[in-house]
Amino acid sequence: MASIESGLYDLGRLDQFARLDTPVHRLDPRAKVITTLVFLVCVVSFGKYDLLALLPFTLFPVVMASEGEIPLGYLGSRLLAAAPFAVVIGMFNPLLDQIPIAQVGGITITAGWISFVSILIRFLLTTAAALILIGTTGMNNVCLSLERLGAPDVFSTQLLFLYRYIFVLGDEAACMVRARALRSFGKRGMGLAVFGQILGHLLLRTYARASRIYNAMLCRGFDGTIRTTRRLRFTRTDTAFVVVWSALFVLFRFYNVPLVVGGLVTGLLG
Amino acid sequence: MSHHSIDVINLGFAYPDGTNALSDVSFHVGHGESVAIVGANGAGKSTLLMHLIGILSPTRGDVRIGDVPVTRDTLADIRKAVGMVFQDPDDQLFMPTVAEDVAFGPTNLGLPVADVEARVTDALTRVEALHLADRPPYRLSGGEKRAVAIATVLAMHPNLLVMDEPSSNLDPRARRRLIDLLATFEHTKIIATHDLDMAADLCERTIVISNGMVAADGPTADIFADDALLAASQLERPLAMQSCPVCAARPASSLPRSPLR
Repeated sequence: MASIESGLYDLGRLDQFARLDTPVHRLDPRAKVITTLVFLVCVVSFGKYDLLALLPFTLFPVVMASEGEIPLGYLGSRLLAAAPFAVVIGMFNPLLDQIPIAQVGGITITAGWISFVSILIRFLLTTAAALILIGTTGMNNVCLSLERLGAPDVFSTQLLFLYRYIFVLGDEAACMVRARALRSFGKRGMGLAVFGQILGHLLLRTYARASRIYNAMLCRGFDGTIRTTRRLRFTRTDTAFVVVWSALFVLFRFYNVPLVVGGLVTGLLG
Repeated sequence: MSHHSIDVINLGFAYPDGTNALSDVSFHVGHGESVAIVGANGAGKSTLLMHLIGILSPTRGDVRIGDVPVTRDTLADIRKAVGMVFQDPDDQLFMPTVAEDVAFGPTNLGLPVADVEARVTDALTRVEALHLADRPPYRLSGGEKRAVAIATVLAMHPNLLVMDEPSSNLDPRARRRLIDLLATFEHTKIIATHDLDMAADLCERTIVISNGMVAADGPTADIFADDALLAASQLERPLAMQSCPVCAARPASSLPRSPLR
């Protein structure tokens, strides 16, 4: 099945962006992780009907993507691929919530539509920020900084191994699916029952591999904690990065910047 | 205290489901020896290797590394002394980058960072893979993965090297480089393999395992010349010791001249 392979390819591509060398890439991973967390919390904490106040947050992904040289086309295609989830979550809002709150031209805009668009914007902002974080930092550095920031060992180790073996597992799955497709002519053999068996088999293989990996780790003195030798340096630039962006996010969160600016402009004109 | 020799004494092992994998296996491997362990699929080679590093514990009998018995209490010592190269490098390379993977063992030994880095550089240089240091393992070729897997073990400075099918899935060139590399190691080596040509190149002694028992133990040249023994153990002579079927079918005068000579 091509989709497994192309999924892996996309993931691998994101990882390759992480090996670029730009000012954004040179920041300490912890600085980027903290800033992105603050960003996420601020964006997610808005009320259901907030729309205008979310717009200034676009600044962060746009600046990071352009400075970090993550192609917008790639980002856009990834966002589009994930968009159906957000659409499904929000699609009943316009139907269930029909309180009119504004009139534009002859069209009545209901609260449901506002909250639907608000969900979409939040989805775009948060997913873009997460993709950019990984694309400018690399999954492994994200794991490392989570660990250094005090996330439980088990958590960062799991994430690390998930990422390391997702390619191996994906290859195995792609091989099995291809082997099935080659021997099922037309529809026969492509049913759900066989698919279930493939999944089960994959699980058993995963289990066997996990125990082999564990043995290999034991042979090299593993005692429950993974120690990395990589050194991180948190410089003044990193501090400035965290402080300035976080301050901006908090500002955007508590002051409706577009509204304030709009008010100022109309005040000046009037 | 020497950790350079191996004694396997009346070793027997049955898996929890009752499958008997090894019965009454005994041999001694001395300091600096290179020994090939050969046998059919499922003969018990891998099970035997797992005992040398304490991943499996014997149902009967003993395994000793140097003068230390392999038991639960001595595992840390044993694993410092014995370096195991697994069959599938993907099982062995689990860290995000090659350098971190090679550093994994030395770091667990509690060495200072500078020493760990020196060992990483040294081990990668020995397998000619220093240029791969920052690469993620899943982006390496089969031959590169194998070289790095060996480096991860070398970085622990083991006294003994135990390898499970080191030449499997390699292209001919990568296989030859691996053989040349292994030939430079002065460690005591135990190599389980189906690649009898490699065994003939690297190991002066061969142990044949058949149905979980030692079917023969002796000089490699003698063992590989014993057709009856090889047939009984589901093996055949290494290609280098077989007469060439192309040459045998033609009169000597029509043979193509070898470009190598």
